[in-house]
Amino acid sequence: MCTVCGCSGFHEKDHDPDHGHSDAHARAHDVCHVHFGEGEAGGAVPGMSQARLIQIETDILGKNNSYADRNRALLTAKGVLALNLVSSPGSGKTTLLVETLKRMAGKTPAAVIEGDQQTSNDADRIRETGAPAIQINTGKGCHLDAHMVGHALERLPLAQGGVLFIENVGNLVCPAAFDLGEAFKVVILSVTEGEDKPLKYPDIFANADLMILNKTDLLPHVDFCVGAAIKNARRVNRKIQVLQVSARTGEGVNGWLTWLDGALKMQVAHARGLAAE
Amino acid sequence: MHEMSLCESILDILKDQAAKDSFTRVKRVAVDIGPLSCVEPEALKFGFDVVMKGSLADGAVLEISRPSAEALCLSCFKTVPVKARFDCCPECGSEALQVVSGEELKIRELEVV
Repeated sequence: MCTVCGCSGFHEKDHDPDHGHSDAHARAHDVCHVHFGEGEAGGAVPGMSQARLIQIETDILGKNNSYADRNRALLTAKGVLALNLVSSPGSGKTTLLVETLKRMAGKTPAAVIEGDQQTSNDADRIRETGAPAIQINTGKGCHLDAHMVGHALERLPLAQGGVLFIENVGNLVCPAAFDLGEAFKVVILSVTEGEDKPLKYPDIFANADLMILNKTDLLPHVDFCVGAAIKNARRVNRKIQVLQVSARTGEGVNGWLTWLDGALKMQVAHARGLAAE
Repeated sequence: MHEMSLCESILDILKDQAAKDSFTRVKRVAVDIGPLSCVEPEALKFGFDVVMKGSLADGAVLEISRPSAEALCLSCFKTVPVKARFDCCPECGSEALQVVSGEELKIRELEVV
């Protein structure tokens, strides 16, 4: 007798999950009974179905978020203000960063993590200002994630009470989903892009704390309505703050530096509060 | 195409769960993808089949549920359904809406062998 299925046939081989019945025996099966041992699990146990359901209720981004929490704890403990800078390619993020670092030099310590698919061009530009920079090449990846940033943090010298700029891969879509452990997300929109970008790419604007309208020196030459851009950004994010800047001429950069200073003071005070606890 | 990274995260979760719950094959993965979660379901399906190839979930079915998105209207204080982040309140027309659900991005259930 077959010990798995209980049929009266004779087996030349042992029963295996592939069910090694002879052809004649298999044909007999088709006629005589339903074979529970042929199911998914390759065997049958009374009272158990072949497949089972597991309720797991697990956040798909859970792992990234736990790395982000770790980064945030490390940065907060050091009183480092981390900013995640996101924008489409060519919005002037690196130019703004270079101008910002030049003005901060000698006053506030700063470090930079640069994210690009390929090349270290941006990190090279940053290092020319004297600030330490680490380039993360994502290869085919379209965004930075918290795990990559965690590794960069292991190598980057971070001064107590300094600012860490994380320049994300130029992309208004994918970086929206990935928390890196930053204190604030800053989205940069240049006036050479459409003022409806906040509506076209709402997720990234919805998650940002500050929007910088860059390249304002070009406003006389382009059809870009600043009021409409701000209105659109506030439609997806009522709380978003807005600054208008030209990294090239320096117009509005002082306002940005003041914002940074305020955010840094808050972060340092927060670190002191945590240390006192 | 961050959906590929999300599929890799799903595979990591499946492997962890397989070790915990002693299963060797996944037949079905049921996920909740909120309409405001910045994930494109079709791209997720495509990425899922590619990433799962040769793994314990090779050939598994990805079942996507789309829970509805809701927002609190800060003008009329009603909880209203929304489809996009920039929707106006269907009751009073106000643009002052605060999203309260629709950003879900989670694995709800697995069918395993």
